[in-house]
Amino acid sequence: MTVAASDADERLRNTGFLRRLLIRPELGSVVGGIAVFAFFSTQSAVFRSIDGVANWLDPASTLGIMAVAIALLMIGGEFDLSAGVLTGTSGLILVTLATRAGWNVWLAMLAGLAIALLIGFLNGLLVVRTRLPSFIVTLGTFLMLQGLNLGVTKAITGTVQVSGLRAAPGYEGARAVFAGSVTLGGTGFRVAIVWWLAVTVIATWVLMRTRPGNWIFAVGGNEQAARAVGVPAARVKIGLFMTTAGAAWLVGSILALRFTSVQANSGIGQEFIYIIAAVIGGCLLTGGYGSAVGAAIGAVIFGMADKGIVFAGWDSDWFKFFLGAMLLLATLANRLVKKYAEEVRH
Amino acid sequence: MTPQTTLLQTRDVGKTFGSVVALREVSMSLETGSVTCVLGDNGAGKSTLIKILSGVHPQDTGEYLIDGAPVRMSSPREALDRGIATVYQDLAMIPLMSVWRNFFLGSEPMKSLRRFDVAAARRIARDELRRMGIDIRDVDQPVGTLSGGERQSVAIARAVYLGARVLILDEPTSALGVKQAGVVLRYIAQARDRGVGVIFITHNPHHAYPVGDRFLVLKRGVSLGEYGKAEISREELTQLMAGGAELDELAHELQRNESTL
Repeated sequence: MTVAASDADERLRNTGFLRRLLIRPELGSVVGGIAVFAFFSTQSAVFRSIDGVANWLDPASTLGIMAVAIALLMIGGEFDLSAGVLTGTSGLILVTLATRAGWNVWLAMLAGLAIALLIGFLNGLLVVRTRLPSFIVTLGTFLMLQGLNLGVTKAITGTVQVSGLRAAPGYEGARAVFAGSVTLGGTGFRVAIVWWLAVTVIATWVLMRTRPGNWIFAVGGNEQAARAVGVPAARVKIGLFMTTAGAAWLVGSILALRFTSVQANSGIGQEFIYIIAAVIGGCLLTGGYGSAVGAAIGAVIFGMADKGIVFAGWDSDWFKFFLGAMLLLATLANRLVKKYAEEVRH
Repeated sequence: MTPQTTLLQTRDVGKTFGSVVALREVSMSLETGSVTCVLGDNGAGKSTLIKILSGVHPQDTGEYLIDGAPVRMSSPREALDRGIATVYQDLAMIPLMSVWRNFFLGSEPMKSLRRFDVAAARRIARDELRRMGIDIRDVDQPVGTLSGGERQSVAIARAVYLGARVLILDEPTSALGVKQAGVVLRYIAQARDRGVGVIFITHNPHHAYPVGDRFLVLKRGVSLGEYGKAEISREELTQLMAGGAELDELAHELQRNESTL
């Protein structure tokens, strides 16, 4: 055992590197991202300029924060359909408390966080206790929140939006932290991009380098086996739902502070885009496999398509077509990767 | 070898699920560095017994003693904390996770700042597998790429490394071919020689007899007796499992086949 390379087995051929690259969950999203960037770059010079990049990184960032959280949840083997509408709920709570009850913006944000985490906890608890598919449980939460958002907003304001956050105490400080801009080389980048990068880095670190990360892969891969070796599966899953809810709060707050008003129907329909971005990033719909970096890149693809279609001068209706096509391609690619990864090597 | 002490023991344990009596008055014991085989056909109550032993659910009647002290456990974690590890037939491992991640699942080595010590996990997994004589090409490969026998062997090595004093193996050989089953039997013997008490559940007396020290035979939820190796021959064990009349019939059938050859 004096050889430094003693950890290598002589039966491992050098094709191992290529193979290891191919079974990376992020691979599909990286290839897709490069292709989409190249395509829109040929269509529009603005798209590939630094201002263009700042422009499409903005939708990528708020979508990306959610996609990363949803990716963790999907690796853990669950879905959350209420995540989109919860961004609306969090924003509504923030603006309503700050403008109607006169709360300080920071305090209102804390209240929003507490309620979001509670909803995440209840989602998780219901899934874990009832053993119903999370698809159904969170569909229920989704519809209930959708009704609440509209009903309560109408009851309080008489309209379907709350606004006027700009005048609330503490607004300027909170705006600088969550909805401001950073100037880099003469171009203003939204500060949300920093939050998105931070969320991605933290999520990746948790997944790859911590004990809960190992548990997330395990409960998604085979919950019974994980439980049998002592993994607290219920706690892991509830934690994941609360993480998703926390991310929804962050995104809801960023958007509310940016626009200073929130529509009662905001966030609805976004939940599927989060899931699709996570799938493009390599998450299997069956759980146990995926990547936070991949989900972040999946969000970049959507940011590029969202703005790219406008830069190229097309009708934005094409975005939905693009969404569907990307989902199908990504799911097929993931299945191939999974098969390749599980293939017995001799 | 150290003198044998009794690791665990059951006295007349029973379990009912609603109106179904799954297990009735079963007594058995396990010593350090020995193998107790639990034999029985499908529906004999083997699974119920190991679920009680491994802490999945507590017994309804009778006593379960670990190191001589009566216990009632209701989670596998409790059993693990007492050094009782269970390797299940189908769900021993997470297929999409690497060998080293599986090896330490639930007992991850840590370094400062609550970080998972990945380098140590890789190194220890590789060294431990080699020590048990298990030849894995690459600890980074997903467990799904291993053969059934390799998976069982990794699970056994894992439990032994993590300090199991009692290893409960649920049908580790039943889904395997002859050669692979032999490999797994060898690791059972290795674990035994390292002082671990092994409870080996199987429906195959030919797998049980070579490694077993004691044999508990179950049928329809009741014990047909617990025998030491000196008290029972392989033929008697097979006979006991199958039930006398059924076996005579089988022997008759086989004889006729032989004569027509």
